[in-house]
Amino acid sequence: MNKRSLVSALRWPCAGLAVFLSGCNLEVLSPKGDVGMQEKSLILIATGLMLLVVIPVIAMILAFAWSYRASNTKATYAPKWSHSTAIEVVVWTVPCIIIAILATITWRSTHALDPYKPLASDVKPITIQAVSMDWKWVFIYPDYGVASVNELAFPTNVPVNFEITSDSVMNAFFIPQLGSQIYAMAGMETKLHLIANEPGSYAGLSSNYSGAGFSDMHFTAVATSQQGFQDWLNKAKASQLNLDDTTYHALTQPSEKMPVTYYANVKPGLFNSIIAQYMGDMKMDKIGSEPAQASAIPSHNDHAKAAE
Amino acid sequence: MFGKLSLSAIPFHEPIIMGTLLMVCLGGAAVLGWITLQRKWGYLWSEWFTTVDHKRIGIMYIILALVMLLRGFADAIMMRAQQALASADAAGYLPPHHYDQIFTAHGVIMIFFVAMPFVVGLMNLVVPLQIGARDVAYPFLNSLSYWLTASGVVLVMLSMFVGDFAATGWLAYPPLSELKFSPTVGVDYYIWALQLSGLGTTLSGINFIVTILRMRTPGMQLMQMPVFTWTALVTNILIVAAFPVLTVALALLAADRYLDMHFFTNELGGNAMLYINLIWIWGHPEVYILVLPCFGVFSEVVATFSGKPLFGYKSMVYATAGIGVLSFLVWLHHFFTMGSGADVNAFFGITTMIISIPTGVKLFNWLFTMYRGRIRFTLPMMWTVAFMITFTIGGMTGVLMAVPGADFVLHNSLFLIAHFHNVIIGGVLFGCFAAINYWFPKAFGFKLEERWGKASFWCWVVGFYMAFMPLYVLGLMGMTRRMNHYANPAWQPYLIVAAVGAGVIALGIGFMLLQFVVSIRNRAENRDLTGDPWGARTLEWATSSPAPFYNFAVLPKVEELDQFWADKEHKRAYPQHEHYADIHMPRNTGVGLIMAAFGTVLGFAMVWHIWWLAIVGLAGMIGSFISRAYDTDVDYYVPGAEVEKIERARLVPLHKLIENVGPASAGEKVA
Repeated sequence: MNKRSLVSALRWPCAGLAVFLSGCNLEVLSPKGDVGMQEKSLILIATGLMLLVVIPVIAMILAFAWSYRASNTKATYAPKWSHSTAIEVVVWTVPCIIIAILATITWRSTHALDPYKPLASDVKPITIQAVSMDWKWVFIYPDYGVASVNELAFPTNVPVNFEITSDSVMNAFFIPQLGSQIYAMAGMETKLHLIANEPGSYAGLSSNYSGAGFSDMHFTAVATSQQGFQDWLNKAKASQLNLDDTTYHALTQPSEKMPVTYYANVKPGLFNSIIAQYMGDMKMDKIGSEPAQASAIPSHNDHAKAAE
Repeated sequence: MFGKLSLSAIPFHEPIIMGTLLMVCLGGAAVLGWITLQRKWGYLWSEWFTTVDHKRIGIMYIILALVMLLRGFADAIMMRAQQALASADAAGYLPPHHYDQIFTAHGVIMIFFVAMPFVVGLMNLVVPLQIGARDVAYPFLNSLSYWLTASGVVLVMLSMFVGDFAATGWLAYPPLSELKFSPTVGVDYYIWALQLSGLGTTLSGINFIVTILRMRTPGMQLMQMPVFTWTALVTNILIVAAFPVLTVALALLAADRYLDMHFFTNELGGNAMLYINLIWIWGHPEVYILVLPCFGVFSEVVATFSGKPLFGYKSMVYATAGIGVLSFLVWLHHFFTMGSGADVNAFFGITTMIISIPTGVKLFNWLFTMYRGRIRFTLPMMWTVAFMITFTIGGMTGVLMAVPGADFVLHNSLFLIAHFHNVIIGGVLFGCFAAINYWFPKAFGFKLEERWGKASFWCWVVGFYMAFMPLYVLGLMGMTRRMNHYANPAWQPYLIVAAVGAGVIALGIGFMLLQFVVSIRNRAENRDLTGDPWGARTLEWATSSPAPFYNFAVLPKVEELDQFWADKEHKRAYPQHEHYADIHMPRNTGVGLIMAAFGTVLGFAMVWHIWWLAIVGLAGMIGSFISRAYDTDVDYYVPGAEVEKIERARLVPLHKLIENVGPASAGEKVA
């Protein structure tokens, strides 16, 4: 029984590992940009370090369980033995050393990979503003005056500065093959810096559940040559649609599986006004001093109506 | 008159729900009818529903947990089936509205109404026995705690048939859980179910801290307490520190929804980040609240079945306390991707890793307890070995995600789902199953049979690895959690394997139920006559199985760790006394049940905005509490003569037995 327990307990992790290794599309482990590359090697280094302890521990569990089984009467039996300073020192020290190394790596990598930190590059970065809505992504190019829904494009080897917010509930902006994700939250701007080093179309998604239409909240991130990017901009510029107050308001209505849409022009300052609408009349220094004014905000009334 | 409640609240158009309702009604009617036919209502009321006996309350907690495990697992298998089907944007068979409620209910039920009642039930059953006490410090409060937990269960179950449940994810993050985005009663059910059961848990925490600190048998120092009691002490301190935070967070959310306030809304200065911080300040200690007592279980099991004292007892105690403190310093690792600065993220990443040091030490201590032991592979020990291996893997993936740079690509993915099921199933559930097999004879007087238990064990272990290893891979393939359907067909094979794994776990659950049935039927064969069926070391085994309602006729004297083991060695276990004193015991009371029933009414009325009924519920709770406060007939004395009769009936044959086979092995040999 004992032997079977050991073999079988190992069988599935091994099978899992085999499947894992033969897996075809491990997107997170086949990054196409520098941030993702660093994160991949961080995952591999950290895992490798921990395996230094984990593998011996699992081996010891199996070995001890097997050797000291009750039916093996040849094994030493020490019914009173329950303390050994030497062993205690070792079992406290070894994890401490591993964690000290990991902690050092963590401190350094967390600063190096801080999503808010601009990427070092000789090339001038491009800024893209991303807004999550129920249930789609709107991308605004402030430098080019165009916008799009559920598709974005940028040139390879150019750092992309994402400015991210939400005009609804919380979401998370995530392109697995390029690296880090970050939350999108209403009334706030979060930042993310990514770069694509290989051209391609990468799957993007919201990785934070946001309601009924959440599963279709994915988008395509097209990393392309400078020329390809220019073509994409031209395609957007050729669109019949403009992102003004009316079209924007229509966008905010919940919808699912919205097809890719381009906007030739964007109302200047739209991104900031999306964030500002949740600040309402509430200047931060006035909180609490003017409740009457606060209750006059329209969205507040909608809210009260829903409560009835 | 009925607030928002009308007949349209019952989802007649949902065939799955109506089918379930029909099954519940038929099953419920069958059980109620059977009880009526057997004329067991009086027995149930006077011996169980009104009991203040910690052992019976513990058993009721565990039965509640097992029943809710079936519900939570039904949710799980529906999710696995949906995801196995809904590839390439196929719709599957569950629309998002239903699917989203299912994953929310699954999380809520598994944590609050399976894992928590399991763990609290075990502490109830075992802690007073391990410290040589006759009951907990506040027996009535204990009964109230149980029934409040049950009233939370009633609300959650009711939400399936009357109205709907939250479709927000198990922690109900705002702004999604605000009225604007979740206008139905689902989130209100969530709030009131958790407030009621959370109150019960907090009271239970206070009860056990006082019990452990004040009611240990004469002579027992803190450093002579069994490790399970130590883990229970730390866990209850965590409960008392953490659960009020949950209560406050949910109360503020309720204020947003009911009183039009704006703590967490998008508008008017509300900020969801406040809620997310608060909920995890409760939520992270919560996972240690669940797993620490299970570490205690493994410590007892490993020492007993290795035939040795636990290696490094002091290390174990300090590691437990250390984990308890550290568990409050790591909550931010649940949202590294919220945009905190690198210093903050790195700080919380490193504190998280530091927890793995005492946890690792525990693992080594169990290992070196097995070292040079004589390990008997009974079911509790099998669960323990499966735990040690599984938890090591889960711990590794946990530390990996504690590195913020790694978490940036793993957060919210199925890798995360695989990780926490890896530690919660591998740690908490395996621990509870080990505990059920280990302490069952103490609760009922006979052992669980092994054949079906082993079948269940293998199905659970194999099913677990099949169901969750593919999820690690899917996480690395970029699949995020809570998806109703997905476009990428490459994910489907893994999800099918996971669904099959869930099916294997279903077999494991089935075999476990069969194990209970067969064991009850064949109980005469597995009777434990000694009170010590495993040759164990701690005090709960010194008394009879099942333990008498007063636990110990004479409070045991304790001078060392594993006193009972020493007593057996020196042949002074099972002392017969000339004279037995009267025993002071608490009287049964139905007030806990009545208060919780009014609490259920209050919760239901608040959910549906039936204000008059809410007032009735609240007034009923307060009124019954006041009536209890004025009740002076709350205790009685068991006459010494009766105690003597009970003790003689056990000890006379027992001493004959021990003369034949020796004290330490009496239990084993008999069994």
